[in-house]
Amino acid sequence: MIKLENLTKAFDTPSGTVVAADRINMDVADGEICVLLGPSGCGKTTTLKMINRLIEPTSGKIYIDGKDTDRIDPVELRRTIGYVIQQIGLFPNMTVEENICVVPKLLGWDMGKARQRASDLLATINLDPALYLKRYPKELSGGQQQRVGVARALAADPPVLLMDEPFGAIDPINREVIQDEFLKMHRRLRKTVMFVSHDIDEAVKMADKIAIFRAGKLEQFDSPDNLLAHPASSFIADFVGTDRTLKRLRLIKVRDAMHAKSPRVSHTEAVEEAVARMNEQGYEFIVVVDAEGRPHGYVDMQAVRERTGPVGEHRAALPATVRLDEDLRAAVSTMFMHDVRWLACVDEQGMFAGFVTQRGITRLLGQTYRGAGGPH
Amino acid sequence: MAIRAVMSGKWLPAISLVAAFALGVVAQRGGLIDAIAKYRGDIAFLSQQHMKLVAISGGLAIAVGVPLGLWLSRPAMRRSAETIMQALNLGSTIPTLAVLALAMSLLGIGTVPAIFGLWVASMLPIVRNTYAGMLGVPAHFVEAATGMGMRPAQILSGVEFPNALYVTFAGIRTALAINVGTAPLAFLIGGGGLGELIFTGIDLNEPGMMLAGAIPTALLAVLVDFAVGALAYWVVPRGVNPLR
Repeated sequence: MIKLENLTKAFDTPSGTVVAADRINMDVADGEICVLLGPSGCGKTTTLKMINRLIEPTSGKIYIDGKDTDRIDPVELRRTIGYVIQQIGLFPNMTVEENICVVPKLLGWDMGKARQRASDLLATINLDPALYLKRYPKELSGGQQQRVGVARALAADPPVLLMDEPFGAIDPINREVIQDEFLKMHRRLRKTVMFVSHDIDEAVKMADKIAIFRAGKLEQFDSPDNLLAHPASSFIADFVGTDRTLKRLRLIKVRDAMHAKSPRVSHTEAVEEAVARMNEQGYEFIVVVDAEGRPHGYVDMQAVRERTGPVGEHRAALPATVRLDEDLRAAVSTMFMHDVRWLACVDEQGMFAGFVTQRGITRLLGQTYRGAGGPH
Repeated sequence: MAIRAVMSGKWLPAISLVAAFALGVVAQRGGLIDAIAKYRGDIAFLSQQHMKLVAISGGLAIAVGVPLGLWLSRPAMRRSAETIMQALNLGSTIPTLAVLALAMSLLGIGTVPAIFGLWVASMLPIVRNTYAGMLGVPAHFVEAATGMGMRPAQILSGVEFPNALYVTFAGIRTALAINVGTAPLAFLIGGGGLGELIFTGIDLNEPGMMLAGAIPTALLAVLVDFAVGALAYWVVPRGVNPLR
């Protein structure tokens, strides 16, 4: 969708030529979120702004949807690219509705259609149109303003969205909320997003691909998991942090780390049956489920080996469960909190689906290092 | 208690009304009202002339000052703008009377040099405020507008100028207040206006005549200030208008 080919920007300054972006090559697929990451002055913002020609490249090519953007008038080009900046830049002299309608108006939309669009967009960002359409930016909170900023960028339904540290000025709690909202919206709209950030956690959370810049050069362009597992240089290893493997926990869903054949036993079955199943599968414990299939406790091999009777009479309570759509960071955190080595997982209906174990998680994270010469 | 109530301002409108009434009674008794009323015809005619001077010179000042301020704020002018503003600031230190005298020496006597002098005197605050207002518009508004695909003229008229409008109006208000207050001097170079009653009244030591010129001038100044204030209130968009 977006292809950068040897993109270069050199600025002439009194102290000589500064190369802000040096032969950048990138290929971002349709519907992906690509986060440009790096310390300040690394060239990530310059690269972003060359895409909508706010900065004219010195050399190199930019293709959007296969089209060479050099052949398009910059102003026309920008109208087909959504743009969100850190300072939000909502125009204070215009109402929320007028702000959202700016690009549709530039494109010559019928005003009725543009207004309808503004109203629909406000609804998707969880702001009541009846309440907010006629408000001015100064009458909104920072978080609301940034939501409107995103809505404005989406107004004319552009296929590409450029975001320059869009959530950087929002307090941490609201930032998480807005990031989640944005991801939810993105799953529905599937825009191709280029996103500048200096926050590795934000990048890991949002990105399909991360591009790390250093002094104008693209150091590594990879999936978040690969970047964290196999940083290409010591600079990147330092940048992503010594806890980079822990950060990978966030990228894996409980569903994907769950043991394939997690043994279970109904609370009415006999203890001997439970022991047999544990032996068969090679586990020291087994989850007890009720008639519908909800987790109803567990029994431990040591505790029940010599017992008889239905399992239900010997079961111990489960300290906690974890949902399939949560990430491993939440699962591990729950394990640490309850001092346990495994957790039962439940699906949306609360039915037992399997379990995750500390050992299983460790093996899963370690997989990528085996055969790759160990961790860097 | 009563004094505290007075000090708290609760009774202020009532008290000022009583004071004004008392002042009116004193003036009436002293024959001052009659003395002023004698010039009713002159007041009507000269007020009209006065307002014409203000309207033409003020209108010209706005018509030239605002575009000049906008032009100076353009990126292409960034380097020379400060120098030009310095020169204009220097110009505004020249007393208006001197400006009128210079205008007279160039253009002779009559309405034209008077209008020219008033125009010069009242244009400077307009240019200054328009320029300052434009510079005060945060750069990220322009960046957002450019990034969305607005053309420079659209950014100027749709984003920059509306956001500078409140400050611009403050300049216009100041300029017109200066203009109305300076307009009586126009009489000195043959421009007419209410200055005729004021200066002649002073020369003849005739308070009635002097006040016949001074009171309408004062009222006119208050009226113009109110009118510009009201206009600013309604013209400046609510989102950038601290008064709304």
